[in-house]
This record gives sequence, structure tokens and C-alpha cells, in this order.
Amino acid sequence: MPDSVVNPQLNADGELHHLLSLDGLPRAIIERILLTADSFISVGSREVKSVPLLRGRSVFNLFFENSTRTRTTFEIAAKRLSADVFNLNIAASSATKGESLLDTINNLTAMQADLFVVRHSQGGAPHLIASHVAPHVHVINAGDGRHAHPTQGLLDIYTIRHYKRAFDALSVAVVGDILHSRVARSDLHALRAVGVPDVRAVGPLTLLPDGLESLGVRVFTSLEQGIRDADVVIMLRLQSERMNGALLPSASEYFRKYGLTPEALRAAKPDCIVMHPGPMNRGVEIDSRVADGAHSVILPQVTFGIAVRMAVLSIAASSARFQ
Amino acid sequence: MIDLDAESIYALFAQRVRELVAGRTLGLVGVHTGGVWLAERLRKDLGVPAEVGVLDVSFYRDDFAQGGLNPAVRPSRIPFEVAGCHVVLVDDVLNTGRTVRAAMNELFDYGRPARIDLAVLIDRGGRELPIAPSVVGRTIEVPDEVSVVLIREESGHLRLTLEQRARA
Amino acid sequence: MRIAIETARLIDPAAELDRVAGLYLADGRIAGVGAAPAGFVADRRIDARGLVAAPGLIDLCARMREPGADGALRVEMRAALAGGVTGVVCPPDTDPPLDEPGLVRMLRQRSREAAGARLYPLGALTAGLKGEALAQMCTLAEVGCVAFAQSGALPDDRGTLLNALRYARTFDLPVWLRPVDATLAAGGVAGAGAVAGRLGLPAVPAVAETVALHTIFELQRATGQRPVRVHLCRVSTAAGIELLRAARREGLPVTADVSILHVHGVDTDVGQFDSNWRLDPPLRTQRDRAAIRAALADGTLDAICSDHAPAALEDKLLPFGEAGVGATGLETLLSLLLAWAQSDKVPVLRALSTVTCGPARVLGEDTGTLLVGRKADVVLFDPNETWRVNSESLLSYGKNTPYLGRELAGRVRATIVGGEMRFERAPVGAAA
Repeated sequence: MPDSVVNPQLNADGELHHLLSLDGLPRAIIERILLTADSFISVGSREVKSVPLLRGRSVFNLFFENSTRTRTTFEIAAKRLSADVFNLNIAASSATKGESLLDTINNLTAMQADLFVVRHSQGGAPHLIASHVAPHVHVINAGDGRHAHPTQGLLDIYTIRHYKRAFDALSVAVVGDILHSRVARSDLHALRAVGVPDVRAVGPLTLLPDGLESLGVRVFTSLEQGIRDADVVIMLRLQSERMNGALLPSASEYFRKYGLTPEALRAAKPDCIVMHPGPMNRGVEIDSRVADGAHSVILPQVTFGIAVRMAVLSIAASSARFQ
Repeated sequence: MIDLDAESIYALFAQRVRELVAGRTLGLVGVHTGGVWLAERLRKDLGVPAEVGVLDVSFYRDDFAQGGLNPAVRPSRIPFEVAGCHVVLVDDVLNTGRTVRAAMNELFDYGRPARIDLAVLIDRGGRELPIAPSVVGRTIEVPDEVSVVLIREESGHLRLTLEQRARA
Repeated sequence: MRIAIETARLIDPAAELDRVAGLYLADGRIAGVGAAPAGFVADRRIDARGLVAAPGLIDLCARMREPGADGALRVEMRAALAGGVTGVVCPPDTDPPLDEPGLVRMLRQRSREAAGARLYPLGALTAGLKGEALAQMCTLAEVGCVAFAQSGALPDDRGTLLNALRYARTFDLPVWLRPVDATLAAGGVAGAGAVAGRLGLPAVPAVAETVALHTIFELQRATGQRPVRVHLCRVSTAAGIELLRAARREGLPVTADVSILHVHGVDTDVGQFDSNWRLDPPLRTQRDRAAIRAALADGTLDAICSDHAPAALEDKLLPFGEAGVGATGLETLLSLLLAWAQSDKVPVLRALSTVTCGPARVLGEDTGTLLVGRKADVVLFDPNETWRVNSESLLSYGKNTPYLGRELAGRVRATIVGGEMRFERAPVGAAA
């Protein structure tokens, strides 16, 4: 039996010290992040887009898996908090020389890092790092394997809150490759945590993981039924390695059955919003007419993403030590 | 204890602000929350056309390392051009001066004002920074462990109370 | 050396013996149970009050790290003795693999010199364990290999597997197989289910085991009227156990073991990606564990092994999917066995049979019992003494265990192999 049921993300006072996963994160903390993000949105619309909150702190972006998009938004978020930002593309450096993950972390901590933003191809890597850093260091998960992408989950519910106000009567459908998607997992946890009553997962059997029902999620293999009367549809990116392979025959067949076209979207509510974590594969999971259409809130998601990440960095940095 | 009739102190305060600005165009900016109530009252009483600006100084405070981030931050918003503006910064109680320092730093991130005047309803002393108000409603002396709190009732009526400060 | 062990609680599942009595050893064999044989004069008397005397444990799978790391065998043999293990089966996936008679001879020689537990090497089923060409099973058997095995999953080429089974059958050699279909298990690091789904860990579906079992049984049947003897290594699913039961009912000559970690652990134990629970086969659901426990209780499963896989701690300080697979197990086997017996209210004779006469039967050896005339392989342990599992208390090179830091009950006090006292934790009870 596991020895402790303690949440490894919270310090002894129940404050957010690391952000590793939305699974099991108290609703109050999620709501505080959303509330704080509201203030950072207004900072972003000023001429001076930064605040001095993290001045003197060092944020290290540790990306063991390449991602210009996510790394850039975290960099912008940290800089808008006046933190010093250092980008480490580990994929190209020490890891390939055989230096272990924890040795890399120890070396960096010796360089006075305060916050690590970590992206890794293996689920659980940020947890391993968090359990070995010095007590004053904070770890923010920027995506680990298929497991979690908590800041994406947070910005997705921030987006929903912006357009729909309340969560308690919504139907939200997450469509696509749930099996391999850390965004999907974080979205599903976030939606359940804030009390969305009808959370749905839609995809072919080859792309659905076990145990969704036990998470309180309704499972659909038909797009039309899955998004019927939905208030929100979140489309997931289909990675190219999944197509033409053992899981799916081809991109075109996937588009025919699961691609969100204007015709398919008619099944949802008339004021349904369409979201996508990006980058989009136009013509594979989403039709350009929908991506660029009136229902799409895909571009605002990006703006919200910066504010949400600023909120996460500030709140985590705010908790002094991990006891 | 001390008799603090907020409404009568406000009346004096508003009069002094009116004399200070003497008909010039200005921008009123209130510091959350008490300062905002006062700024809104002043706007009405002085007939200031521009909407009141609102500052939540949580991101500019100097005690982030000790106390962390305010759990209930609210968005700041200044609906007029700060650059070149005569700003009247309004707060309810002036104490150490740190909140005003944070408010000014935040204000400057919106633009360079032509002039800032500080108007406070109550000055309770205890300055730790060289901050000086242009307008004070009333100067009082209270022990360190006592807080002076402005309350706005549903009717809009203002009230001042004294509270025991929680141990830091 | 003649040893008299007095007033121990003698537990011998093979003889259905469980009582406090004397045990007398002479000339490397059991000379008397209950009463000393006539004219017996002890060179050493042991006052074993409060201790249990049982047949030494036989572990059907422990990796001894040689061939591979020079000197490693001695270290792991010490660990075996400290765990009360007097017989160890080592798998052929050494470096280089055990497909050369010279290697097996050398290994057995080193084992004799180490004076630890008895070593029963498994020979490679195919050359280099590559699953392509047959290994020289007859010659390997002549130098001491007790059976033949692959290291991981079934060879992809089923034709080769069938030929290997037929060849082994020709010479009445047993084949030990892990029931894993490589392509169905491909890339999986955790057992399929809600936990893997939630953590986003690539999953090993139950069908990887059941399809492999179907394949094994069909090929076994195809080896003829008296089919080849097969031992299944590390069954892990409820469905797999049902297939095993059906095969036994049918009369196929098949035995099976399970790892002690699967008797205890379930998929939720992975928790927050605890690499200590990265195992092969992976931890499965509560339902599977319940089926394993029931199959142990009713004898469907013949044995529990440690699946000892010692590794450097750094191997586990990696993200789950990259971490080393397996745990060190020789020294925790007995304690964990007793913990299972206590928590599930399993009769002690049944529980101990899974590590004594059960594995002895699988091996076709006459050890694993305290019957008069058999080899004197005995373990003396205190079932109530607790000990803390940590780097200091573990003698094996591997400190990689999910029980690190935990306190377990059941402490081996002495281990006797062939009548020789080969391990004593502290000089054990000297009687007048």
C-alpha cells in the first residue's frame, strides 16, 4: 500500500508549492489560480506588460522534449513577472552525454534556480525532480509524457469560464487521441474538479484509454453523439505518427469520422465554443472553416495561457518552503 | 475611544480635495478597496468626468518574500490616459507608506503622470518611507496593534472602526 | 558436523508437520525428526526456543549477476543465505547468456566456492537467447542446467518455439517460459487498467499474457502424447490463472509460479510514479491479485519466487518508463511471505509450501523438506522479530525494493546447507 496520501504538490500549509498535475488538486487552489489570472490579463493590456513580482528570481525552463510554443509562453510569462529566465534545451546537451536526470537538476540548483519549468517525454519525470529538489525550489510541469499538462488544463477551463461564466450546467466534450494526450487528461481532471456535470470523451476505441468511466467521464465513439448539445468542444491534435499506422488507417479517414466540420458542429449547441490546444492540423482533426469561424476561441486561448502561467508561477513562488 | 464619524471626516476631506485641485482636470485613482469607495464619492461630489481608476497593488508590494501573494487579487484598471495626467491617488488609511509606494510604482507602469497628489481620509502616522499626503481628512494617533478600517454600508454610508490587529 | 536443533517449532509442509520438537542433522542429511537417532552425539546444540525450523527456501528465480560482474555471485549468495534461501534457480539472461557449457561449469564452480545456496542454473532455450536457433540443450543439461528458458517474452518465431519444445521433449527436458506475447506487450510499462489510463503510462494488456498462454498450451499439446513439461514463470492475471486451471484439469504437464511482489502489490501502488514498483510483468488490478492469492491457497500455483533483480539505486532514480525493471528480493521473500499468510489468514503449512516443497516439486529435487534422509537444508527464523529494510540491512548489491524504509516481521537467524552452518546472523542459541 502506498505509505502517504499526501499531495506532493502542496506544502505543509496546503499551499501550492509545485504544479505537477491537476489530478487531486483542491478546487480552491484551481479557483485561486483562475482569479489571479484575471489580474494578469489586465496587465497584458497595459503598455508596460510586466509587474515586479518575481524580480530577482530565476526561472529555468528545462525542456527535455522540444517545444517552442510552450517554452515561449512560459518565457513570456516569467519575464512579465520580471523574473530572470534561462532556457535549457536538455535534449541537445547533458542527457545525451549520459548525465542522469537528477545530476542535471543538482547542477542547476547550484546555479541558484528558484523555479524549474519542466517538459519531459516520460510521465512522472517532474514528480521525480520535485521529490529531489531543495525545499525552496518549485517545479512546474510543462508536460510529461502522456500524463499531464496542467497549465494547459487550467487555461482551458479559464477560457471556458471566460465565455460561459459558470461551470455547473455545462456539457464539455474532449475529442480525439485521448490515449496519448496529456492535455486531454489534464482537461478531464480540471473539468471534474470545477464541477462540470457532463464531461465527455470522444474518439475511436484505439485512441481511448481504460478507466475513463471511473473518472466520471462519459465515453463516445461517435462524434455526432459525443458533441450533441455540447456547450464546449475541445479538439485534440492528432499526431502524425498515429496516422498510417497500427492505430488509425489514415488522416483522411480520421477526418471523415472525427474531424470537426461546420456540418458536424451543428450537433452542438448554437452558442458552442470550439477550443484547441494547438498547433492545429487543419483538415485532420479540424476544418479550417471551424478553426477560423465564429465558434472558435482558439486564439484567445493563447492570451489566456500567458496570464494563467503568470498566475501559476506567482502562486507557486509565493509558497516559501516545502515542509 | 476616539470618536470617528467617517461621514463628517469625509465632508472635510472632500472640501480639501476640492480646494487642492481648484477646477483642474484630473484623474482619480483609488487603491482597493477603501480608496476606491472614496474616489467614487469624490468623482460624484467634484463632478470629475473621467471614470475612476482602480489599483490592486498586490503585484507591487515589497513583502512578497515574507507573506506570499494575496489569495484574492483583483484586476487593476485605469480607464484614462495616465501619461501627462494630474492624478489624485486616493486611499482610506495612510500608515507606513508602503502601500502608496507600491501604488505609485504600479501607476508609473501605466504611463508617466504630470503630477500625483495623495489624498487620504485618515493619517495614523507610523511612516516607514518618505511619503507625504497632500490632503488628509483627519490625523489620529492609535496604538500599533490597532487597525483603522473603513466600511461602506449597503446604503453607501461610510463608517470607520478600530480593530485589534492580528499578530503578524 | 552433527547439529542438534532443540525446541524449535518444526514446520515441514511436505510432511504436514507443525510442532515443537528436536531436529537432528548428520553427514549433510536429516538424521532425526522429533527424536535423536540412536547414538547421536551432537557437535553443536542449538537452543532454538521461539524460532521456527523449516526446510530452506527454494527460490525459482533469482538473478545472481554472474556471468556479468566478477565477484557478484558471492555477494548475492550471502543475500540468499540471509534470506533463508538454500536453493536458487538463476535464469539464463546473464552476460553472456548461459548457452555455453563452459559458462555453466564456471558458474557452478564459483557457486561451490561461494558456499552459499545450491545453484540450479537454467540454460538458454535458444542460442544467445535470440529466439532463432536452438541452444545445445543436451550438453547444457549434462553440465547441470535443470531446465531451459528464454529471458523475456516468447520468441516471436513460433515455429522456432515449437521446435525448441519438441527438441526438449525428445530428451525429457523441461522448458520454463514467461507467458508474455512480445507484440501485445510492446512498449507497455504498467498493467492495463484505470491506473495506467489515468497516469498516461503505456499499458500491457492482459491479453499479452492470455494469448501467450494459449500459444504455449497449444504448442505443448503439439509435442505429442506425452507433452513436454512446461513451467510458467510469473503468471499475473486472473484470466491467465483460469487458463492454467483448465490446462491442469486437462492433464497437461504444467507448473507455474508467481512473484511475491504480485502477491502483495496492485496497480494503485504505483501511486505517483514510484519506480520501485516498475516490474515485469507489471502490477495488475485487485481482481488479479485476488485470483493469485486464491490460486496459491488451492494449489493451482505451485510456487512463489522472489524474482530477485538487484540493480543500482540510480536505475530506479529515473522516470517510471525509463527506470530499471524489478526489485531485489532474496532477503525480503520470507518476511513478505509471512505477511501474506498473516493478512490473508493462510495456514502456515500452505504458505511455506510455496517456497519449499512446491518449488522442489517443480524442480524435481528431493529437497524442500525435513524428511529423514533428505539433504539437510534448513532455515531457522524468528517469525516475530522485526527488521528495517534499508541499505545497511540488505546484503545484496541491489537495494532496489518498494519496501525500502519499511519494517518487516520475520528474521532469518541461521541458514544450514547440506548440514553446514553457512549463515548465522548472531551466534544462535547455544544450549548447554
